[in-house]
Amino acid sequence: MQLSNDVVMELQENCPSVKNLLLLDSEGKRVAVKYYSDDWPTNQSKLAFEKSLFAKTQKTNARTEAEITLFDENVVVYKFVEDLHFFVTGGDDENELILASVLNGFFEAVTVLLRSSVDQREALTNMDLIFLCIDEIIDGGLILETDGTTIAGKVASHTIDEGAPLSEQTITQALAAAREHFTRSLLR
Amino acid sequence: MAQFVKKDDDLDGEAEYSPFLGIEKGAVLQEARVFNDPQLDPRRCSQVITKLLYLLNQGESFTKFEATDVFFAVTKLFQSRDLGLRRMVYLIIKELSPSSDEVIIVTSSLMKDMNSKTDMYRANAIRVLCRIVDGTLLTQIERYLKQAIVDKNPVVASAALVSGIHLLQTNPEIVKRWSNEVQEAVQSRAALVQFHALALLHQVRQNDRLAVSKLVTSLTKGTVRSPLAQCLLIRYTSQVIRESGMNQAGDRPFYDYLESCLRHKAEMVIFEAARAITELSGVTSRELTPAITVLQLFLTSSKPVLRFAAVRTLNKVAMTHPLAVTNCNIDMESLISDQNRSIATLAITTLLKTGNESSVDRLMKQITNFMSDIADEFKIVVVEAIRSLCLKFPLKYKSLMNFLSNILREEGGFEYKKAIVDSIVIFIREIPDAKESGLLHLCEFIEDCEFTYLSTQILHFLGIEGPKTSDPSKYIRYIYNRVILENATVRASAVSTLAKFGAMVDPLKPRIFILLRRCLFDSDDEVRDRATLYLNTLGGDGSVVETDKDVKEFLFGSLDVPLVNLETSLKNYEPSEEPFDIYSVPKEVKSQQHVEKKSQTKKPSGLGAPLPAPTSTTDAYEKLLSSIPEFSNFGKLFKSSTPVELTEAETEYAVNAVKHIFDGHVVFQYNCTNTIPEQLLENVSVIVDASEAEEFSEVAIKPIRSLPYDSPGQTFVAFEKPVGVTSFGRFSNTLKFIVKEVDTSSGEAEDDGVEDEYQLEDLEVVAADYILKVGVSNFKNAWESLDPDCERVDEYGLGPRETLAEAITVVTNLLGMQPCEGTEVVPKNARSHTCLLSGIYIGNFKVLVRVSFGFDGPKEVAMKLAVRSDDISVSEAIHEIVASG
Repeated sequence: MQLSNDVVMELQENCPSVKNLLLLDSEGKRVAVKYYSDDWPTNQSKLAFEKSLFAKTQKTNARTEAEITLFDENVVVYKFVEDLHFFVTGGDDENELILASVLNGFFEAVTVLLRSSVDQREALTNMDLIFLCIDEIIDGGLILETDGTTIAGKVASHTIDEGAPLSEQTITQALAAAREHFTRSLLR
Repeated sequence: MAQFVKKDDDLDGEAEYSPFLGIEKGAVLQEARVFNDPQLDPRRCSQVITKLLYLLNQGESFTKFEATDVFFAVTKLFQSRDLGLRRMVYLIIKELSPSSDEVIIVTSSLMKDMNSKTDMYRANAIRVLCRIVDGTLLTQIERYLKQAIVDKNPVVASAALVSGIHLLQTNPEIVKRWSNEVQEAVQSRAALVQFHALALLHQVRQNDRLAVSKLVTSLTKGTVRSPLAQCLLIRYTSQVIRESGMNQAGDRPFYDYLESCLRHKAEMVIFEAARAITELSGVTSRELTPAITVLQLFLTSSKPVLRFAAVRTLNKVAMTHPLAVTNCNIDMESLISDQNRSIATLAITTLLKTGNESSVDRLMKQITNFMSDIADEFKIVVVEAIRSLCLKFPLKYKSLMNFLSNILREEGGFEYKKAIVDSIVIFIREIPDAKESGLLHLCEFIEDCEFTYLSTQILHFLGIEGPKTSDPSKYIRYIYNRVILENATVRASAVSTLAKFGAMVDPLKPRIFILLRRCLFDSDDEVRDRATLYLNTLGGDGSVVETDKDVKEFLFGSLDVPLVNLETSLKNYEPSEEPFDIYSVPKEVKSQQHVEKKSQTKKPSGLGAPLPAPTSTTDAYEKLLSSIPEFSNFGKLFKSSTPVELTEAETEYAVNAVKHIFDGHVVFQYNCTNTIPEQLLENVSVIVDASEAEEFSEVAIKPIRSLPYDSPGQTFVAFEKPVGVTSFGRFSNTLKFIVKEVDTSSGEAEDDGVEDEYQLEDLEVVAADYILKVGVSNFKNAWESLDPDCERVDEYGLGPRETLAEAITVVTNLLGMQPCEGTEVVPKNARSHTCLLSGIYIGNFKVLVRVSFGFDGPKEVAMKLAVRSDDISVSEAIHEIVASG
């Protein structure tokens, strides 16, 4: 028991970690959120955190550059675009610039994925992409990837499994696969 | 009407684009039946999963039954070859976190995906599988995970490494077997693989200091490409530095590496390195300079995050090395108008820490404008910074006190007002000249104070300090106004305060009596009761209390039982014929931790602590010691040292010791903690060998009867020593106890125990134990008020020292005295410096020391020590300490 506590502490001390990623709308309501820390054990406490964080930050101008604040002994970096509000929370001692790079990755990936217009409507219509995007940035609090384009690339690779037998593919898919196969052999 | 129309518009607007409008759990669970269709529609299935995820994300929860149902349906979707759908399946499995008996169903599918040719499948399947496996299953897939770690696809490798970091907490012995693969991954060309591999490798080896040190040594020479990995390496490096200390040449190992990182191209690495340097223990100004320079550049960045990071770090540096930060003052001042109020507040408080006496007034002017447009939480920070500024420059108390009283009149919440009041109270206590004006500010404040708590606290404080002022009568009006205008709680405490004035100031007594008699007609019981009680004690015929001394003891004395114990006893008391007996309340404080906690919460609140005690910790110790009959005749406790660790961290028994110094006795308090759950210790005591401490003879031992796991206990050993003599000595300690095995499942201990011993580190009684750290507000006045005939001056050579600051630390620690007026800080590049120290020597002699340091040849430090005190023999004793130390 003693040991595992120590390990958790060491983890927090040594490895950059993220406590939550939040995407809120223009009224501070959830679009998509993900928590990685036990600091907010219930849905109520999560909602309360989101509400007061939104109230504290909404008047600031975080549209051109990411902004930052200390909130409840946490460092929060945030950026707004249209009616979407991006937040990344880390511990009091976290390197602020690492958190900012996570925020930037989050923000850029969503921008690439939503292409036409980065706003709440588009985000809601492409909710699956947003969920996948969050999943590709952080895994259990640890940073997986911070480059926006790479994250978006991982999310958007919606092609068919090449290993699948042809019988299971539709004609169009088969044609697309064949064409790709052909081009590749030509390029070689 | 217009309102209604608008609302409809809103609804329409949302209905138009939100696919989740009116979403309802029951309906979505129904929709999930499509997962069972023989002809799967991947697109439709993806949509349903998205809806399920959305519900979970909005805080909706599924019952155990619903979750199981969805989980089983989802497992069918592994039949589809649609990559997009598979990704959603992975996500929902992670969200549903199935129980171990359910996991079996998906493991084969996931293991198949783990060996798929598609990288995306492999990476995601690994992450899902590692999230849900248990130990036995993990051994089955271990082989694949090891392969994945060295996979040429970076996404797959990262997935395996990150999963490894998570698994290390549940199955450390398995993950530790992957060292070789992880080691290989550290050399990866992919930036993030390198980062994840380094994180895992370090965690696998973190308990092996040598291995970590080797890791750092090899990597700091090589090229770590990823900025994130570089940040990690910087953290590990500072850890190694922390544990290794200086080498012979006085150089810090790896400092060059940290310094080179300041020239890295990634800002996060530069910042990480700069921060690491500022946090090095005992960092010199030469080491600090390059870090401060890059942070200063960040201050003018266009990015708020950079400015914030830099100013926050500099703010911390300013606490320990204010002079190193003064170069940034101009940039700092321009940050006061920063759009981001967090940055502005940090800039202000940094300036307050680095400012010198002459800049105080100008700063205060700037802050006044600033205060009106920031939130309470920032204001509190500023108030605290002003508090420490004032203690540093007591001569400036007038303008600072005025500032505080001005903001006290403005709007603000409780916490903010409390911070201001606490600060004023501290000024009153620490700066004698500030007393009268401070008390008047507080009086004016309670005239119009909406917080009952603050009013009662101030009234209590007024009762103690007010009677000692030159004209106590002027406070009576303010106090009696409370009796007329306030609620019952405040009225009651105002009555107590009046009584205190009556007891202390005889000329006021008749008038106080008139006022108290008026209170007899108050509408509230408590107020009437108090008035009656005080009228009888103060003016009684001797039936309630006998002497004047008793009256004062009654009014000002502190309760000699811990409040918590009193509270429990009162709760247990059942109303009956038998009156409550205060002597039945246990005096022993429950546990040491409790005391420490209490004193910590007490410290910041200037009002809470009782006044006569120098610090609340001492107060707590005093109560603890006086509750032990063996020590009750030792007289007044002079000083308690800070706890000295007698064991290394992470040993079976953790012991630290506090030295309590009395006039003719010394008591060692050993705080012991048993860190083994399988053991119960009984009859725990410390056997002290005092053969190297001739003047001490042991008089009493108080063992701990029983010391269960993780609940600290205290054992004491008392020594007699010649009265009024500063005796020194070294004591070797052995912990002696009876061990009993405990069955951890039932928590019961076996009847038979074995006697055992455990060697502890030595404890020393040194000169500093006989001197109290007590500051004076105006050193010059205090120095001149002492008889020049009691001055002794001498010169000493301190040998080679790296810096003057180091020399100052050595002398201050040796004497255990309080540096005054910020003189412990040496200006940059100074060749000489004078430091002012003050303290109380045992026997209650005031001691002031003026030490001038200077370089005498290369790196040789010489010092001139001038001591003044109440008694010539004390001045000589101080010189003796320095000469022998």
